[in-house]
Amino acid sequence: MTGPTDETIGRRRFLGYVVAAPTLVAAAELVPSAPAATPAAAVSPEAAAAAGLPSPDLTELLDLNDVMTAAALPTSNLISVEVGTDGMVSFALPRAEVGQGITTSTAMLIAEELAVPLERVRVTLADARPELLFNQLTGGSNTTVSTYTPIRVAASVARLRLTQAAAAELGVPAAELRLEGGAVVAPSGRRLDIGALAVKAASASTRQVSVELAPRAGFSVIGRPHNRIDALAAVTGRKKFTMDLDVPDAKPTMVCRPPTINGKVDSVSNLAEVRAMPGVTDAVVIATGVAVRAETFGQCIDAVRALRVTWKPGTAAGKSDESVLRELAAAELPLGLRPPTPTVEATFTFHFRGNSALEPNCAIADVRAGRAEIWSALKSPIVAQQAIAAKLGLPVGKVTVHVTEGGGSFGRKLFFDAALEAAEVSQKIGKPVKLMWHRADDARQGRVHPMATSRVRAAYLGQTVLSYKQRHTSVSTDLGHGLGEIFTALAARLPVGDVGFSQTFFHLSQAMSYDFGASSHLLAETDKDFNTGSMRNVYSPDVTCARELVVDQLAARMGKDPYRFRHSFLRDDRSRAVLARAAEAGGWGRAMAPGTAQGIAFHAEYKSVSACLVEIDCRPETVNRTVRDAVTGPRVTKVVFAVDVGLAVNPRGLEAQMMGGISDGIALALTSSLHLRDGYFLEASWDNYFYTRQWNTPLDLQVIVMPSTSEQPGGAGELAVAGSMAAVACAYGRATGTMPTTFPINHGTLSFTPKPTVPPVPPSPTDGLDHAR
Amino acid sequence: MPEHTFRVNGEQVTVDVADDVRLLWVLRDILGITGPKYGCGINVCKACTSHLNGKAVNPCAIPVKDLRPSDEVTTIEGLPATVGQELHPMQRAWLEQDVAQCGYCQPGQIMAAVALVNRVAAEGRTITDADLDGIRNICRCGTYVRIRQAIRKGAESM
Ligand code: FES
Ligand code: FES
Repeated sequence: MTGPTDETIGRRRFLGYVVAAPTLVAAAELVPSAPAATPAAAVSPEAAAAAGLPSPDLTELLDLNDVMTAAALPTSNLISVEVGTDGMVSFALPRAEVGQGITTSTAMLIAEELAVPLERVRVTLADARPELLFNQLTGGSNTTVSTYTPIRVAASVARLRLTQAAAAELGVPAAELRLEGGAVVAPSGRRLDIGALAVKAASASTRQVSVELAPRAGFSVIGRPHNRIDALAAVTGRKKFTMDLDVPDAKPTMVCRPPTINGKVDSVSNLAEVRAMPGVTDAVVIATGVAVRAETFGQCIDAVRALRVTWKPGTAAGKSDESVLRELAAAELPLGLRPPTPTVEATFTFHFRGNSALEPNCAIADVRAGRAEIWSALKSPIVAQQAIAAKLGLPVGKVTVHVTEGGGSFGRKLFFDAALEAAEVSQKIGKPVKLMWHRADDARQGRVHPMATSRVRAAYLGQTVLSYKQRHTSVSTDLGHGLGEIFTALAARLPVGDVGFSQTFFHLSQAMSYDFGASSHLLAETDKDFNTGSMRNVYSPDVTCARELVVDQLAARMGKDPYRFRHSFLRDDRSRAVLARAAEAGGWGRAMAPGTAQGIAFHAEYKSVSACLVEIDCRPETVNRTVRDAVTGPRVTKVVFAVDVGLAVNPRGLEAQMMGGISDGIALALTSSLHLRDGYFLEASWDNYFYTRQWNTPLDLQVIVMPSTSEQPGGAGELAVAGSMAAVACAYGRATGTMPTTFPINHGTLSFTPKPTVPPVPPSPTDGLDHAR
Repeated sequence: MPEHTFRVNGEQVTVDVADDVRLLWVLRDILGITGPKYGCGINVCKACTSHLNGKAVNPCAIPVKDLRPSDEVTTIEGLPATVGQELHPMQRAWLEQDVAQCGYCQPGQIMAAVALVNRVAAEGRTITDADLDGIRNICRCGTYVRIRQAIRKGAESM
């Protein structure tokens, strides 16, 4: 991989370390790569204003990923790649794998630099490492963006050391050696396996080493589609999630929860009786309810149902969808005077949504005198460790937090509600516990995406859009999982003035991709009474959906085709290219039967751009098809999604992330929401909360990964949600002739009978055999 | 405590547990067979889908006392052995299509898929879109499209 041409296409030098150890350990600082210099990044707001450029967008100056990576700079520590005598290369990733495929893409980076087969790279998840501070947070689709260069540098240092060791061993100049298939190969064909070199390549002292990274033109692993390294474990049932771990004596534990959000225990009348139930070992009151521990989870469910608890009111007592909507209306920031020119104006409502993963909140805790050990899938393990230590009254160093593989996250695992509870229960009863939330708990007391409204006003004249204003008003999003520290630390350095953290986050994640004159989008938040959290893509799906619907209205007013309108107003070639690709591949403009239509939308975020074309069928025979206990409704029949993430490390994984995001986008537009009534959410089952199911799945899906346009990968984990939600909404509007303004569109119809709130969990069915098929 | 005897993945087992404990917890908490996952406990999400005498069932809804000594429970762990191979063709199809994301739903998805293909074959037909639309298993990672592709692939070699 060395050659004269490499110099001309710009190899870059980086500093790494070889770490003192018995076998080879190569390391790099987990620091950000320099953001790719784009013309926009060089333009200061003042310069832009002076040049008469319309509303320079903050996201062009600095986006969320820059902040997250920049924040890490002064505090980062080393991440290391180890080569064992068995020839295996190991790496402990300081991030959470929750399905997004980062262990696979990470292994690919190492395989690329070290020229080892992927099967010989073992990627595990690092325990909480407090020294990494906020650099161990999985969020903002930031993992690949922030780890791409450091991991490659560490692997490259290992490569250098292995080559040097082989050179000494073989008596051949290092420059004549190459790595191939996990071995160093001499011109004579002689091979030395890297396992055989692991000790010789080790260093007795820690030293800095300079290496150069190959440009993407030379890649043979990065950028090629690869299946997931954990796929075999997943399909054989061998993949271990938290609840599958066999921690000695960590018996099943559940919590009897209040009938309203965050209600508290007043009194329990039958604790002793419940403790005597079959299989039950313990029952104890904790901060969030009454915990029971038993031989099986089934017996926990029975015990939870048997508890007689009097509850104090919760934090959202008496609140409903309607009352929260009124709060939002009162908190909305003014749009200002209506301009004298024609305008398009609309207000959209986005109801509460659940971010439950299929794996419910769960954690294992073993708290003993003077120490604690926790196992859970955590995206912010350091904050979890600190909070648990504080709760238990232990020094942080006495709390070990193991990050397990997660069964999905969607923002939920940024929080550690179950880990905190498990620690409390274990301390109170003096025994290890394996704590799980019932699905009903997860839906009713779990984190939600806050209800929000978005008011938009766009002014235009002739063929010019003069201004675009968006006022997003939301129930407060709890971002108190560590992201906050980053922004607090950096707020002073950001050109956003004196605004709070969520406003900063909002600004940084919302790009204005269209040339719409003076544009402004502002966030107002109200009401902290709910358990909220970032849900996959946070504000973007709602904000983008509202914007794209208004874009369709603007196009109609100007007598332009929605695709051509977008194409002419998008600001850069990369954006136009991805839009054009989706339109072309999806056959934009083809004749559609009445009641069916196409929709198209654009979304940029995380240094990535995307465009989505959908076709929807809103004909009565489709909408009214029946599936038991289901919401059927309009069917998205086709989706074409084009994406440019700069550099796609694993196109196959990227396609998978887009496919998942599209399933989310369809649900957000059409079917999935929580209904708030009398201080609690009515939903308590997957047959109440209508996430996309097979009967809502598009029959035709095409994901187009655009050729790489950058040396740096952009974010991808959340990217598809916003564009697909918006495209579905636009298609629905065009098929029905009415722009939808409330999401999901079926929210007004309650499609199930709500389950009781006392007891808080439904009984376990007994008729399983009758349904064998 | 009462004893219950049945077969799991080709082996006779006897467990000492209350009559009404659901099979899911007998498998997971007592026998340590963790392939079948909990996602709802009320026969809705289908994450626990396993086979009873070759048909798809949901162990979260089966009291252990309902099982007879001759009943054969197959979980994802025992699926390959039902065809005497290292991997069942459906698992291979899942690998080819790279279906799994977090993977939590996938044991249940695969077990449901195998039962579906067998049922459709017994009816002398091939899988239709309507058959696939009828699968109730939740995948919160949204892998539905690849699941459909994998089932069609897997069915070809079953
Ligand atoms: S856990 Fe059995 S169907 Fe959901
Ligand atoms: S792969 Fe995560 S729930 Fe299906």
